[in-house]
Amino acid sequence: MTDRNDLGTSPDEVQFRFRDDEVVDHGTVTVDACCDQTNATAVRIEPGDDARLLLPFLDRLALVEVNFPSFGDGRGYSAARILREAGYTGELRAVGDVLIDQLSHMRRCGFDAFAPDAPLDEADAERAFATWDNVYQSTVDGRRTIQELRHE
Amino acid sequence: MKILTGNDLKSGAVIWWDGENWSSHVDCALDVGEQGPEILAREEALRRVNVPYIIEAERTEDGVRPAHIKDRVRAVGPTVRPDLTLDPQNTDALDWVI
Amino acid sequence: MYKYDSYDQAMVDARVEEFRDQARRRLEGKLTEDQFKPLRLMNGLYLQLHAYMLRVAIPYGTLNSEQMTALANIADKYDRGYGHFTTRQNLQYNWIKLEDAADILADLAKVEMHAIQTSGNCIRNISSDHFAGAAHDELVDPRPYAELLRQWSSFHPEFTYLPRKFKICVIAAKKDRAAMRLHDIGIQIVEQDGEIGAAFYVGGGMGRTPMIAPMIRDFVPLDQLITYSEACLRVYNRYGRRDNKYKARIKILVHELGREEYTRQVEEEFAHMLGQGVEPPREELERLKPFFADPVFEDGTKTVDRADPDFALWVDRNTHRHKHDSYVSAVISLKPVAGIPGDATGDQMRVMAKLAKQYSFDELRIMHTQNVVLPHVKIADLHALWTQLDAADLGAPNMDTIEDMIACPGLDYCALANARSIPLAQRISEKFDTSGKTEKLGELKLKISGCINACGHHHAGHIGILGVDKKGKENYQLSLGGSEAEDVSLAKITGPGFDEDGVIEAVEKVTDVYLDKREGEERFLDTYRRIGMAPFKEALYD
Repeated sequence: MTDRNDLGTSPDEVQFRFRDDEVVDHGTVTVDACCDQTNATAVRIEPGDDARLLLPFLDRLALVEVNFPSFGDGRGYSAARILREAGYTGELRAVGDVLIDQLSHMRRCGFDAFAPDAPLDEADAERAFATWDNVYQSTVDGRRTIQELRHE
Repeated sequence: MKILTGNDLKSGAVIWWDGENWSSHVDCALDVGEQGPEILAREEALRRVNVPYIIEAERTEDGVRPAHIKDRVRAVGPTVRPDLTLDPQNTDALDWVI
Repeated sequence: MYKYDSYDQAMVDARVEEFRDQARRRLEGKLTEDQFKPLRLMNGLYLQLHAYMLRVAIPYGTLNSEQMTALANIADKYDRGYGHFTTRQNLQYNWIKLEDAADILADLAKVEMHAIQTSGNCIRNISSDHFAGAAHDELVDPRPYAELLRQWSSFHPEFTYLPRKFKICVIAAKKDRAAMRLHDIGIQIVEQDGEIGAAFYVGGGMGRTPMIAPMIRDFVPLDQLITYSEACLRVYNRYGRRDNKYKARIKILVHELGREEYTRQVEEEFAHMLGQGVEPPREELERLKPFFADPVFEDGTKTVDRADPDFALWVDRNTHRHKHDSYVSAVISLKPVAGIPGDATGDQMRVMAKLAKQYSFDELRIMHTQNVVLPHVKIADLHALWTQLDAADLGAPNMDTIEDMIACPGLDYCALANARSIPLAQRISEKFDTSGKTEKLGELKLKISGCINACGHHHAGHIGILGVDKKGKENYQLSLGGSEAEDVSLAKITGPGFDEDGVIEAVEKVTDVYLDKREGEERFLDTYRRIGMAPFKEALYD
């Protein structure tokens, strides 16, 4: 985990980041704007947005933020997975009402950066990221599933 | 009168505000007048009560009687299990609930 | 029965520790109630009228004696000596302390049980046919598929914050004993051209807007079962309504999009997902099947001694034909006359556990009708079994009669309820038992809900009762003509509601109309379907 103090001037303060590349420190545009504007490299997905609209532009995107205005709205999990399934390799950042107990699921759906509205307790978060030694579902995080491990 | 109720955060037990503390007996409930929201905010922040709310009630000769049937059931216990009420010896305990 | 391996055990153990930590953070004030609520719900912990309530998952309704005994011990140690079996084949405790909840989960984990996703806006416990693996009329045992779905749905990272709860049911007989088409996804294992596959019904449910699930695919190959389920869920997670809690279930999405458009979207997502490797390896299904293999059945007596009329009646009513002709499945009624439907004491649970071990290869099932089944009982053992059940007040001979009603906990326990359900159930069973009418009425499914959320399945009752709040007083609406079975239909309201005495009288009146009008072997439901609502309305309101 990278030290959160080293993360530059992104509008959302990134507290946890699981990437070694340079942090994208400029603002994001909306999905609509991203589709119209050929040079945008950072975009923010709101819960009602169709993440698949971004698929033609994945090559030029370095940052996709997925906003969780309320932690109970789970559309962002599908958005994240869809982007990863389509081969997006840039930063995928969960922003907004991101809480301790959602971290492990978000990570499994392909998020590799987290910018919670309210900073999270580091020890609690550490524990949360490590909740599951093994997993039942095949997602985009590359982990071998329990079912696969059983039949190796 | 207006009284305060909720559940104990740890045990889940039904509780009523008696002016200083939370009691499991509805008859101890105190009329809080307009102070309700303030007391609730404070007590909830202290985690002495969970999901508290203000209800209408009436003080009768026999005790405090919440206006709504749901809170009357809460005050006494399941009407179908008189053995599980706060005072199982009192066979009349459920008489006023419904 | 399925046995956990070290992976499964590690998952439930990790969940216990996760919840222990969440409860700690709540008690320390690091989590607000709004933040904690969905977390506790996903561990089956509700805040009800009198205390916390814990709902324990009984996956596809199957459990063994050790597990039933553990449930009994939890009832005695942490609750008030009893539990309540639910319409989704689960068990709930009514008097739980938050500070005990993690310890209870740890006790459950020791016997391969849990409360994972028994509430919350996630995929709930998978339900199934309570006679699975025992019934004479099933294609295959549906439980290996249910177990595959259980693992897939447990802690699914994408589907933990769905618009609303999500219930899946798997059956493998033409006869529907699990209300399959009243689930968000109903899966029926079917055979087509010698191949086994799954028919998918999506968008059924009860609640305030009852719907019967339409079929969206008549055959999904078994090695695509999880992938197809995942596609159904993803379309729902992305497009299910989140603006209105009451319109958030998948049935509304399917209804608003239309079956064709929803199906088109699912098929498109499915085509995409086939390339994503979400399906577990085929070997996994083959690993699961032997867990559910038949025990070694022995040939024996095929008839019972009917000398004792009470025993003969119980055999006629409470046993179900088994695939082996020397066995039956025996239903233990949790509906004693004037009792609380679905409740069992710790002692009764221990009796059932002991009898399962003695007479049913150590296996029990929970029915959606809130009863318990011993799936494989030798016909030769039936009398001994019945004698012991009867002694424990578990021998009521009333399966599928009016006394075998479904009733939700209602206003006696539930924070959502508007009216009480249990007292109605008690009074009706007593009345019909006393008058001897139960016998004359034969199969009559009475279902009672204490509010519009329909946990008591009133929409699917031959006779349904819905409790409502009428100016602060309990009031009950009567409906007729529902069925949860393969002849699924939704009940229609008779007219204005009644008070408690009135609705009991109304039930009596509609059963009198039936007795008067029935032809031949017609059930109440058949007569209603033939003659329509008018004669019943006339008897009720004129």
